[in-house]
Amino acid sequence: MLYAVLCYNSEDAVAAWSREEEDKVMSDLAAVERKYAAAGKLGPVARLMPTTAATTLRKSPGESFVVDGPFAETKEQFLGFFLVDMETLDEAIAFARELAVANPGVGAYEIRPLRVFKPGGSLEAL
Amino acid sequence: MSELSWIDLALSSARPQAMGALLRYFRDLDLAEEAFQEACLRAVRTWPEKGPPRDPVAWLIFVGRNSGIDHLRKRARQEPLPPEELLSDLDDVEGDLAERLDGSHYRDDILRLLFVCCHPELPATQQIALALRIVSGLSVRQIARAFLVSEAAMEQRITRAKGRIAAAGLPFEAPDAVSRTERLGVVAAMIYLVFNEGYSAGEKQRADAPFCEEAIRLSRLLLRLFPAEPEIMGLTALLLLQHSRRSARFGADGQIVLLEDQDRSLWDKRAIREALALIDKALRHRAPGSYQIQAAIAALHARAEVAEQTDWEQIDLLYQSLERIQPSPVVTLNRAVAVSKRHGPQAALDLIEPLAERLSGYFYFHGLRGGLLQQLGRAREAHDAFERAIALATTPAEAGHIRQHLDALARDIAILAK
Repeated sequence: MLYAVLCYNSEDAVAAWSREEEDKVMSDLAAVERKYAAAGKLGPVARLMPTTAATTLRKSPGESFVVDGPFAETKEQFLGFFLVDMETLDEAIAFARELAVANPGVGAYEIRPLRVFKPGGSLEAL
Repeated sequence: MSELSWIDLALSSARPQAMGALLRYFRDLDLAEEAFQEACLRAVRTWPEKGPPRDPVAWLIFVGRNSGIDHLRKRARQEPLPPEELLSDLDDVEGDLAERLDGSHYRDDILRLLFVCCHPELPATQQIALALRIVSGLSVRQIARAFLVSEAAMEQRITRAKGRIAAAGLPFEAPDAVSRTERLGVVAAMIYLVFNEGYSAGEKQRADAPFCEEAIRLSRLLLRLFPAEPEIMGLTALLLLQHSRRSARFGADGQIVLLEDQDRSLWDKRAIREALALIDKALRHRAPGSYQIQAAIAALHARAEVAEQTDWEQIDLLYQSLERIQPSPVVTLNRAVAVSKRHGPQAALDLIEPLAERLSGYFYFHGLRGGLLQQLGRAREAHDAFERAIALATTPAEAGHIRQHLDALARDIAILAK
């Protein structure tokens, strides 16, 4: 089963990370990613820019309109995701737990099974 | 990350909103600060054991509010005349906080908190100190170090600034659309001041007082509150772009490295990408303003992979539009750099000579003028201009940079004299 592991956290808190904290979290997360990539279970991984960089196209019966900012104003923001291929939900939860150890504190990981997946072409990595 | 550092992060990121709400309730900066402080102390005592509350901001406001009310009650018992006006709107303590927070209140709360720091009677340095203390929560010690004054002196300055704000009366009515826009402009200018204070001193000297990062944080916060304001997008982009060059701006021994000589591989690509995304968003509004134009200029530098690829013509045009929106000799001085690249040093010199009187006390004027004269082979005049610049330098790095020019000139003059 393919799962998306969606990362939610307060972007204020994440933006307040010092460079050392940021580097530490990123390298700890990379270690988890390497482990699952080696097992052939890790797909695309993305970290999103702050919601201030977001633009939303609102559909409406007439013409859709563009608004600045994220789709919803929430206390915790959608900050990134991992796509993984896991045998069971338990395995997906175990992966999320490892992410939580690498990046402790507040926030949440939503584990969401995929209905459709189109891997698309290869994009240049950032 | 350790247990305690995530609590610190949660507390500092909750600070503007919680402080803003407490200030609205208590209408007194000191009381709001004490109440927030008390709430933080309780958080540090209880969160590690019980885990963080679902909504840390609401928790801090609720606890802070109760502790502030306790404080007022105690004070009321000690004083012969209870401060009725302070207690009068504390009736709804048990009111539904979550609902209050979801309203548009918090937006005006944070804007007000930022705005009170920008009182027009306060000199720029006091506005900066106050914002960093009250909104960002930097310690007096950190701020004092950055301004190179003693902790006691900074404490006194902040106390005095607060006194002036209290005397002037805080703006507690909910702002209408016009005054909200005015406040936004004033606050944006203050955030830019905070950034420049850090930027002009250079990274190394202020390692423990991260003014530039704080300014970016405040600017992002403001943009999140007002997501459709193109000038706040421009401001955020401008700060990100300036800050993206932080690792390349100074050499190993602290000397200034000019933009064209910087190692561009040291520029922070992530910050640049975010800034470019913000500029794209801002442009869609077709409402140009000075921060957007300055950001667009900085973006043209950021897009050039090598200095020779810089689009000086476009930069010149952008400075011309900036001159129209915000005429100032400093803007013209900046445009002169682009003019010198496009049309040579004489054209640039012709542009800045009329500014001599107004910019006679400005370091960069004499520095640029010296550089142009030097390019034109007018070594002795260049020497005099650099001498004046050095006398006006405000940091050792600025002085050191001009000293290099003077040394080079001295060699030229010596050769000519032989």
